[in-house]
Amino acid sequence: MLAVQQQPATTPEQPSASLPDIPSNAPQHCPGTESELAGKSDACNGCANQEICASSTKPKGPDPALPFIRERMADVKHKILVLSGKGGVGKSTFTAQLAWAFASDETTQTGVLDLDICGPSIPTILGLANEQVHSSSSGWSPVYAQPNLAAISVGFLLPSAKEAVMWRGPKKNGLIAQFLKDVDWGYLDYMLVDTPPGTSDEHLSVVQYLKESGIDGAVLVTTPQEVALQDVRREIDFCRKVGIPILGLVENMSGFVCPGCKTESKIFKPTTGGAKRLAEETNVELLGAVPLDPRIGKSADYGVSFLDDYPDSPATAAYLDIIDRK
Amino acid sequence: MSTDSPIARRLANVKQIILVLSGKGGVGKSSVSTQLALSLYALESSPRVGILDVDLTGPSIPRMFGVDEGYDVHQSSAGWVPIYVDGAERRLACMSVGFLLKRKEDSVVWRGPKKNAMIRQFLSDVRWGDLDYLVVDTPPGTGDEHLSLMEHLAPLQTRLSSVVVTTPQAVALTDAIKGISFTRVVSLPVLGLIENMSGYVCPCCGEISNIFSTGGGEELAKRENIPFLGRLPVDTELVDLLDSPAAAASQGDSSDPPPSFPLLAHYKQTPSFTLFSLIVRKVADALSPPTSSISESAAGDGTLVSEP
Repeated sequence: MLAVQQQPATTPEQPSASLPDIPSNAPQHCPGTESELAGKSDACNGCANQEICASSTKPKGPDPALPFIRERMADVKHKILVLSGKGGVGKSTFTAQLAWAFASDETTQTGVLDLDICGPSIPTILGLANEQVHSSSSGWSPVYAQPNLAAISVGFLLPSAKEAVMWRGPKKNGLIAQFLKDVDWGYLDYMLVDTPPGTSDEHLSVVQYLKESGIDGAVLVTTPQEVALQDVRREIDFCRKVGIPILGLVENMSGFVCPGCKTESKIFKPTTGGAKRLAEETNVELLGAVPLDPRIGKSADYGVSFLDDYPDSPATAAYLDIIDRK
Repeated sequence: MSTDSPIARRLANVKQIILVLSGKGGVGKSSVSTQLALSLYALESSPRVGILDVDLTGPSIPRMFGVDEGYDVHQSSAGWVPIYVDGAERRLACMSVGFLLKRKEDSVVWRGPKKNAMIRQFLSDVRWGDLDYLVVDTPPGTGDEHLSLMEHLAPLQTRLSSVVVTTPQAVALTDAIKGISFTRVVSLPVLGLIENMSGYVCPCCGEISNIFSTGGGEELAKRENIPFLGRLPVDTELVDLLDSPAAAASQGDSSDPPPSFPLLAHYKQTPSFTLFSLIVRKVADALSPPTSSISESAAGDGTLVSEP
């Protein structure tokens, strides 16, 4: 015991509260919340947070689901994550448009994986709102919007769209693992992964599970105002921390063209230079800017492809331009 | 230590706790929370208001109050001191994970248990003092943060209520229904539903475009049998103000005395303030039944002249 010379614990009187590895109210000799011993060392006995530390440590040994996921993902050529720090910037809409665009080539097989477990939008946007998943001997069959466009979402598993999915992290992780190992996609050229806002359980899990199979990269979606950009900076930080290449940044809802007078106005003003400046600052490619068109929202509500229905909209041109650049 | 005491003791002098919820992200929870806090603050009774941001992985509240740079939370013997955003009056206190980050672009990549611990700490360690209203801004969805909040706030059940925010399009409404069913499961009273981003007025020709369609929120409220609090159009002045309050404050439009709380002064000039004060009346009345008789006059001229 004497040999275990612990580092002196951080001084209990910190000038300002910050987020240290060792919390300021931790017992003496706290091994640190990120440590292997978190929640298990002698010092942890009696600490109010012992249970949390013990449960938040990563599961020891490889996850038993990993080999199955690797096998399933061997048939998926490209895996692209659609991320954004903030909610409601158009991740799902962008994912869906990208999927429709890929699927317009009949020889391309595309799959959409919706990881937004508490608020799945993909079923509505792809026009699959009342569909159910079928299970067969080879796994769960995804729901097809088109013969070459498949989708899976927690929305297909719920008995009613009204029901709230009130799940904590571990349960979400379980479902994500199941989506990755049990869904019978068949061969896919592209798998687009739509994520919930933030940087939490869902994001960590999908990155962890797909690490071995490799993720091609992430597309970050933002809106022009600083409140959204702040969250995107955090997301870029996240991608760099976990080592996912960033394919680029898409600025959504940039400018609005009035259908009456055709004048463009900015609803969400880029007060700090918008995505353009962010892209320059962080050295991320700006893939393009999509103007706000009320018909985009309407297409999403009715579950039809905006690109097919309104080929003349400036937003369509912007979308196709972005898609071409990938 | 009994399980409920630290939080219950800390929040003993908080009269009402209002959670702002929505199933979907980006419908304006944070901007509604900000407006709710500002409008409650502006009530004649000059209440003391607190705003707690539990969106741990994407905190927006600091930016909206213009305190996203150079503000640190100080620790005193009695707990964490929140940031007072109203200058000398110290009636509007603000707390967010944003104040705890070293750099504002740092990401907070946490799984559930850590988020839970942070929320518990926010509830038990922040020295709010006496508050008439505590507005809690939540992240999208119905996950860890929401369950933790409800768990920790269970001893204060009688003082809890919620406001649900949605935008009018179908995609957001399905998520709002999930939010409402969450409140039923955890038996959290709903003060009402706010339909945000309902229409946009073209600054050039005045034509109203329903970017995300309109009316869906009111219909939903009727169907789910909860009060409908009001409809807020997209207000670019408000978007600008909340996006960079500091820039708006420095413009200082030639007014004679520099206002002590510039954000509120500017907010009062936006069209949203007028609309939102109607909503706040309904909220305040619902929370204090004895004075509910004013609600009738609120619909008329009463709210517009709330303060010069």
